[in-house]
Amino acid sequence: MSSALERKRQVGFFTDTTVCIGCKACEVACKQWNQLPDDGFVFTGMSYDNTAHLGSSTWRHVGFVERQRPLQSQTTGLGAFSWIFHSDVCKHCQEAGCLENCPTGALIRTEFDTVYVQPDVCNGCGYCVVGCPFGVIDRREDDGRAWKCTLCYDRLKADMEPACAKACPTDSIVFGDLATLEARAEARLKSLHADGVSEARLYGRDLDGVGGTNAFFLLVDEPEVYNLPPDPVVPQRTQGESWRMVGVGALAMAALALGAVLSARGRR
Amino acid sequence: MEARRRGATIIHIDPRFTRTSAMANLHVPIRAGTDVAFLGGIVRYILENERYFRDYVVAYTNAATLIKEEFQDTEDLDGLFSGWDPKGGHYDVESWQYEGTSDTVPAAGHKEIFAEKGAGIPRKDRGRDVLDEKKDETLQHPRCVFQLLKRHFARYTPEMVERITGCPQELFLKVAQTLCDNSGRDRTSAFAYAVGWTQHSIGVQYIRTAGIIQLLLGNIGRPGGGIMALRGHASIQGSTDIPTLYNLLPGYLPMPHAEHAPDLAAYIHGNEAATNWWSEFSKYVKSLLKAWWGAAADASNDFCFDYLPKLTGNHAHMVTVKDMADGHVSGYLVVGENPVVGSPNGALQRRGLRRARWLVVRDFQPTETAEFWRTSPEHERGEVRAEEIGTEVFFFPAAAHTEKDGTFTNTQRLLQWHHKAIDPPGDARSDLHFAFHLGRRLKALYADSRERRDEPIQRLTWDYPTEGRHDDPSAEAVLREINGYTVADGKPVSGFTELKADGSTACGCWIYAGCYAEGVNQTARRKSHREQIWVAPDWGWAWPANRRILYNRASADPDGKPWSERKRYVWWDEKALKWTGSDVPDFIVDRPPSYRPNKRAKGLDAIGGNDPFLLQADGKGWLFAPSGMMDGPMPTHYEPQESVVRNLLYKQQCNPARHEFRRRDNRYHRAFDDPRFPLVMSTFRLTEHHTAGGMSRTLPWLSELQPEMFCEISPALARARGVTNGDWATLTTARGMIECRVLVTERMTPLAIDGRRIEQVGVPWHWGAVGRVRGDAANELTAFGEDPNVNIMESKALTCDLVAGRRPRGEAGREAFARLDDALTLDADERRALDEEGLRGAGPPLPEPTQMEPKG
Amino acid sequence: MSATRRSLTLLPRTVRADRIVRSVCPYCAVGCGQLVYVENEQITNIEGDPDSPISEGCLCPKGSATYQLVTGSHRVQQVLYRRPFSTHWETLPLEQAMDMVAERVKETRDATWQDRDEKGQTLNRTLGIAHLGGATLDNEENYLLKKLYTSLGMVQIENQARI
Repeated sequence: MSSALERKRQVGFFTDTTVCIGCKACEVACKQWNQLPDDGFVFTGMSYDNTAHLGSSTWRHVGFVERQRPLQSQTTGLGAFSWIFHSDVCKHCQEAGCLENCPTGALIRTEFDTVYVQPDVCNGCGYCVVGCPFGVIDRREDDGRAWKCTLCYDRLKADMEPACAKACPTDSIVFGDLATLEARAEARLKSLHADGVSEARLYGRDLDGVGGTNAFFLLVDEPEVYNLPPDPVVPQRTQGESWRMVGVGALAMAALALGAVLSARGRR
Repeated sequence: MEARRRGATIIHIDPRFTRTSAMANLHVPIRAGTDVAFLGGIVRYILENERYFRDYVVAYTNAATLIKEEFQDTEDLDGLFSGWDPKGGHYDVESWQYEGTSDTVPAAGHKEIFAEKGAGIPRKDRGRDVLDEKKDETLQHPRCVFQLLKRHFARYTPEMVERITGCPQELFLKVAQTLCDNSGRDRTSAFAYAVGWTQHSIGVQYIRTAGIIQLLLGNIGRPGGGIMALRGHASIQGSTDIPTLYNLLPGYLPMPHAEHAPDLAAYIHGNEAATNWWSEFSKYVKSLLKAWWGAAADASNDFCFDYLPKLTGNHAHMVTVKDMADGHVSGYLVVGENPVVGSPNGALQRRGLRRARWLVVRDFQPTETAEFWRTSPEHERGEVRAEEIGTEVFFFPAAAHTEKDGTFTNTQRLLQWHHKAIDPPGDARSDLHFAFHLGRRLKALYADSRERRDEPIQRLTWDYPTEGRHDDPSAEAVLREINGYTVADGKPVSGFTELKADGSTACGCWIYAGCYAEGVNQTARRKSHREQIWVAPDWGWAWPANRRILYNRASADPDGKPWSERKRYVWWDEKALKWTGSDVPDFIVDRPPSYRPNKRAKGLDAIGGNDPFLLQADGKGWLFAPSGMMDGPMPTHYEPQESVVRNLLYKQQCNPARHEFRRRDNRYHRAFDDPRFPLVMSTFRLTEHHTAGGMSRTLPWLSELQPEMFCEISPALARARGVTNGDWATLTTARGMIECRVLVTERMTPLAIDGRRIEQVGVPWHWGAVGRVRGDAANELTAFGEDPNVNIMESKALTCDLVAGRRPRGEAGREAFARLDDALTLDADERRALDEEGLRGAGPPLPEPTQMEPKG
Repeated sequence: MSATRRSLTLLPRTVRADRIVRSVCPYCAVGCGQLVYVENEQITNIEGDPDSPISEGCLCPKGSATYQLVTGSHRVQQVLYRRPFSTHWETLPLEQAMDMVAERVKETRDATWQDRDEKGQTLNRTLGIAHLGGATLDNEENYLLKKLYTSLGMVQIENQARI
């Protein structure tokens, strides 16, 4: 028995990386609430990041970037150096490649305008995995099903804030209605620009290739620096040749990201 | 981040570029172990550039007080103050006293200091004539504290700061300017330090220097000011308030010393002050004795003072372990701690455990300390075998905080009650259960004794009600006793001002009096912060008297008016004739600002209306400490026990009063320039782990975030040692050898120290030999050695070496470890040469701390 | 694209909690507030307490992992005992282990008791037994430990606060 959901709210995450302290509370709070297993105990050598990427059991992931350039708001005795952190998550795209690729109806758009994998339907075909231009959704080795951030669908039903946003000690992760979040993001951007942080920019809402995202970010460098695709496009957007190209591109990107991780892990 | 959001400038001073640095407006790398030089430079900057908050300094500090003529500074004695006894290795504080007083001016909460040798003997009415002190409020007299401070720090110039710390002058000046620009009537600045600041052979003086800066800038007792310790355990504050520390009784009352406290009267005489708050001392100690020995304690028997065991020397952790290793300590109870990983010189810790007859460990799961008999580097090297270790070991599983009622005291002195949610699993029990039932058993074992020495346990009050299926003692009943009550009716007192010296009150910890006022558990109050003022007085309960900022009388000017509207906090209400404000005033509530004591005033009458520092005998904040410090009245830059350079300021290389343990199993490096150990090493913590790992390395969710032991080094050092990111490397000191992964990062940078490039190595200390994720423990490398004031080790600044590759194992490991032992200390010729140069820090061994003071 | 019955009726497990117990994070000294959810005498969730003026509902990674700390498989549920010269742990009934420790304390105390020092000064103590620990303990626990040990004449009572 099933039925379509009527939209009640449009919610999302605004992740302001300029106040992320790299504590990883979001990663753990997510695992706690969703009772996710660990990802293995591997020293990657990639700064303080040892979980490496989003995956079937890591739905929030904190990246650490050591840059050979200063942060505009900072002076350090190290000279041209800065260390930036960012908590990545499923983008909950308006045009979600995973959802559109799903042949079983496991992936749905919820009444909160989020993208949710119904574990009671998912058969583990994996089509969604190649459909995601961000390389987010992932199959779990043990049960074969696809998993990713649910935006705490169960908590939303009871009007509770998602676990990561609640735990975040600095409000780097803010949960809320899209309109409110957008206003907040714009205001923050304006204030950073006024303070001379001209590199600050928003990422996500205007990514046309995926119709904009419900989870969006404030960055201080190019998206690639954060391991985010600069111009993601859902595979379904174009047909024929170009669809294949994009699909291959997305796959290649996922493979590249995975390859980087594997090689980092492989050094062990 | 909240402060940054509100516009504060965040300055982070750290040898490493950390996650905190990443959030700071200004990050300043310095060489580990040079903080007094850096902070001393700020003191000089403030004084030379007249940036101090003059009205505050003159009224509320001892800046104007004249010091005796006999006093000599480190400027006169090349790194020592007057009063130094080279043979005993300690100071006599006689010459540090205020002019006009005939006596030692007692420090607040001076603990055992006055019972320590060389720190003066107890005298009648200590501090009675403190009001006779001489002052020069123009701050011009050459012997006033202000001028002494100026002279003492005159050489801590920006150039000198750069040479010693490696911090470029411009960066240093930016820190000093920013700090001064953000202090004064309208603004305040706060210092926050992690307890690594204490892990130095002059750790207490680090904090003293910050205290001097904050007093000069008027940042104490005011909102947004202060010095905050960011501490690492849920109740580490509580565990000094109600101490499991050898030298203290609850509420910072000193443990009695055999020589100075033969009876209660002598003990009280030796510890109470004639003036100000410590004049109340006898009320607190008698109430404590009443709480412990109840009806058995009365005036006729000195309130059972005799029952308290007496100290004769240094009974701190390192001395205990040393004595254990030498076969003098048979039994060891380790409760929620893991010294094999968390304490210095892991090998010596285990040597102690191997010599103990029995060991009790209480934790969630067996720790490295519980497993020492079968899992250790010595086992791995084949040096010891379980079959040869005779220690009997008991491991008791402990209940979690969710399985018991009780209070933690957080780092802001806030007591918060946590409620029991469920029963502990299996045979796990709370430590309260353990203590209570062990006590019950011992009472039973001693019940029939006629020995006088068994009276203290026989008569100990121990009748706490029990509850639940495990007979858990009621934590609330214990808290009631801690709060205190009137003996006649058992009614809880509402605060320490109700305690009496006549035996009519009992109180387990006077500073906690009021936490159970009116029979209500005040620590369990949880009014939402949204429903009360920003100070949040109705959340939990802060000692003393639910006061959130100590010395808050200083938030108003001498006339009792707020220094500024912006920093309004506590003030004198002219109409109501009392102190009022956002917090519980830290003052006698109806004493007007204009009150001045007459010269012969005693006790609380001696507190003037402009004396915010009630616990000090003179009511002032001490820029200069005439007593209370074992290593000088003013902070002085000394190099760590092990350094890469000479002390550029004085001939005295190291803290002269530090405690050394010169043993074969605790070798030191040369005091400086040891060619075998050219790198500066500092241990640190990670957000993802907790201390020795007993509460984090067992959890998959935390272990995956930081799975392996590593060290952080600069790319230049990596190149020099032939390692790349992710490789294995071996770190060595004369104490041990550990292997770890290498994290090569620009966050570590070599510093230019007096023309040389100095490399530093950052070493997290969370790993050990057992747990879900394991690794070598950093404390295999560190040494026994103590700050003389608080007996804390020096693990934040030492020297080491790093080579590529994993450490040798088995036979090869044994040989390599044995080689560490050879020829590591100075030979006779080298030592003589250094002595001739006057480098006393590297000179003859200091007297080793012992539990029995030498006769004489 | 339609929602299953499970999706339609999904609710957070916390709504089934029998009680929510207010607590304090056991890790560092900041003292963040925690809410402990209990269902059928099992802890089902631990998260931040939004009412706390200290933490306003937030927790750090350690605090967020508290659920695993208190419910994890690492928790040992029996007393372990290692005989002198043994190569393995055995288990012991709790009561017996407590009896044995009490006997060891008495035995060592009696054997190492010091009435007076060489100068004739009162000592009333033992240097044969030492304690270490306390910074993760409750105040009430430290109070009873200090009180008991002191009454037994122990002076080597030490704590993480020293290190």
